[in-house]
Amino acid sequence: MTKPLCDRSAHELVGLLKAGEVSAVEVLDSTLERIQTVEGRAPSTAPYTSQPGDENHVHAYITVTEGRARRQAEAVDKKRLAGDDPGALAGVPVAVKDIFCVKDTPSTAASRILESFVAPYTATPVERLEAAGALTIGKVNLDEFTFGSSNESTAFQPAPRNPWNPAYVPGGSSGGSTAAVAAGEAVLSLGTDTAGSIRQPAAFCGVVGMKPTYGRVSRYGLIAFASSLDCPGPVARDVTDAALMMNVIAGEDHHDATAASVPVPDYTEGIEGGVQGMRIGLSPDYFRLRYPDPGTGELREQPVLAEIEAATRAAAEKLAAQGAVIVDDVPMPNTRYGIPVYFVISRVEAASNLHRYDGVKYGYRHPGQVNELRELYRRSRKEGFGLQPKLRILMGMYVSGAQYEHAYYERSLKVRSLIRRDFEAAFDRDGAYNLDALLTPTTPTTAFMMGRVYGDSVLMQYADLLTVPANHAGIPGLSIPAGLAENGMPIGIQLLGPDFSEANLLRIGRCYEMSTADADWRSIKPQVLAKG
Amino acid sequence: MATSCFWEVMVVKKTHGSTQEEITRPVFDHLVDLAAFELDEDEAEYLRGELNGQLKAIAELEAIHIPADIAIATHGVPYPMENRPALRKDAVHSYPDSEAILEQAPEIEDRYIVVPDIPNEELS
Repeated sequence: MTKPLCDRSAHELVGLLKAGEVSAVEVLDSTLERIQTVEGRAPSTAPYTSQPGDENHVHAYITVTEGRARRQAEAVDKKRLAGDDPGALAGVPVAVKDIFCVKDTPSTAASRILESFVAPYTATPVERLEAAGALTIGKVNLDEFTFGSSNESTAFQPAPRNPWNPAYVPGGSSGGSTAAVAAGEAVLSLGTDTAGSIRQPAAFCGVVGMKPTYGRVSRYGLIAFASSLDCPGPVARDVTDAALMMNVIAGEDHHDATAASVPVPDYTEGIEGGVQGMRIGLSPDYFRLRYPDPGTGELREQPVLAEIEAATRAAAEKLAAQGAVIVDDVPMPNTRYGIPVYFVISRVEAASNLHRYDGVKYGYRHPGQVNELRELYRRSRKEGFGLQPKLRILMGMYVSGAQYEHAYYERSLKVRSLIRRDFEAAFDRDGAYNLDALLTPTTPTTAFMMGRVYGDSVLMQYADLLTVPANHAGIPGLSIPAGLAENGMPIGIQLLGPDFSEANLLRIGRCYEMSTADADWRSIKPQVLAKG
Repeated sequence: MATSCFWEVMVVKKTHGSTQEEITRPVFDHLVDLAAFELDEDEAEYLRGELNGQLKAIAELEAIHIPADIAIATHGVPYPMENRPALRKDAVHSYPDSEAILEQAPEIEDRYIVVPDIPNEELS
């Protein structure tokens, strides 16, 4: 049976389209048909009551922008027929995480407070995708304001579910993105990663996710969470597609002073050049988790899930067989501080960014009578924000209070430098390790069941234990699928590299992909597709 | 090791944790006021419990030895001049579609955003 168009890779689709073998409208229709089959009922902010069928659908989207995508598809087909270049991502359906502003679409951040907000402008990475011929097929769900690692905190319920087994979470916060791509409801997705929000759900859903170097992709039009950590990046079904998308979204932007002016290479060039002579490290600090006992504060240690460690070590062997030099025992001693530091820095920045939602200029306003302005603020924020934004704002305000600033915020910014130092030492060309990349598990466990962790904000944060150090250090990270656990859930492995080394990471990822092309697990489909 | 073993261990430990609280109810109420929130009672107790849990999780920050030469990092990635885009010219551009922005306001009258009375506050 021929593979449906919606399950093809972006690079394959662009080739077929440019050769005149398929039209953008056909690709769009195939994807809409898949959405019709697996998506389930549209989410809403009304009080959630479970309905029959909710538990076996994906629920990735908040808004499907069929009209916009169809106009774009028709324009692409017209261009191609006229002999013009329709663009590097011509006819490729892209789902945009609903944390990006897209002109004339509801841009909700999965929060009631922005439910009515229709963006008057388009975020730079989305604008670049659309200019490259991509079809904006919709806005996908996420944890409210990206605050979570499971998608369960979205105000738009039913929340996304994992296509590999809908009883499990897709991860988060870009869980709508990774679920949509895994289920063929989009070919690519634009996500964001502040502590692992692209890589962790990519690992949970068996897709590829890249967090670029901080500043590699513009944040203009991204609804801010933690401005010093937020990174937009690609979600794809294979490494080449992630590279193709990086080509389009990366680069300088005069709307964002932190978007680096470092030249953007062609990330697909040399991607199949192999890893001969590359030095790839393994660190014990990414195989055993060290964290303070939640009760006593005593330091505890736990290994990552054995199957995940095995998959990571097996990947190292595969890469060694392709000529890479594997360097064992690379010390990354400050890894374990990633979460505590994140609790401080991200909350302070979140509190600052979320003060703007006050019921006055845009977004939700308390509809009843109030006597004065402060009452309007309080009522609007009470009704508009869910629990997680409230929690983050309160925490951010507490730890940035004048009396605690030294103990918490300033100290955290210094510990962040220590975390960065670990990576600088590992990647130092004149250093003892001289690594091109570090190979680690992406997550401590595979996806957990819905309802298992949600509600416990400390526990949930630990899902990002192995991904958050890259955000503190600003370096790029790539998560790629590396098999399935015994329970059928995907395993992800992570490659971390020096600043602006995305091309190298993609090349290593592609090498792993090619060397495991025949692996049995690659032919297994997510449950929601196998059933159909 | 079962898939969710890590989570289970964490849950068990937490249940047996100490009950000492850093954020007492008066401290919490002050924060809620500063944050311009109103909370239902069950919401307030949940949030206060989580805040105290998070503070325990970050307590170890105090014990980290930080060498004297360590500076704060406001971003992980350094920003040397050669990586920075040139600054824009300090010029005024009128926004082409101000109506689209005004349309987002919950209540408008003659292109002004309507708000309730702004209370007078005595500044000390």
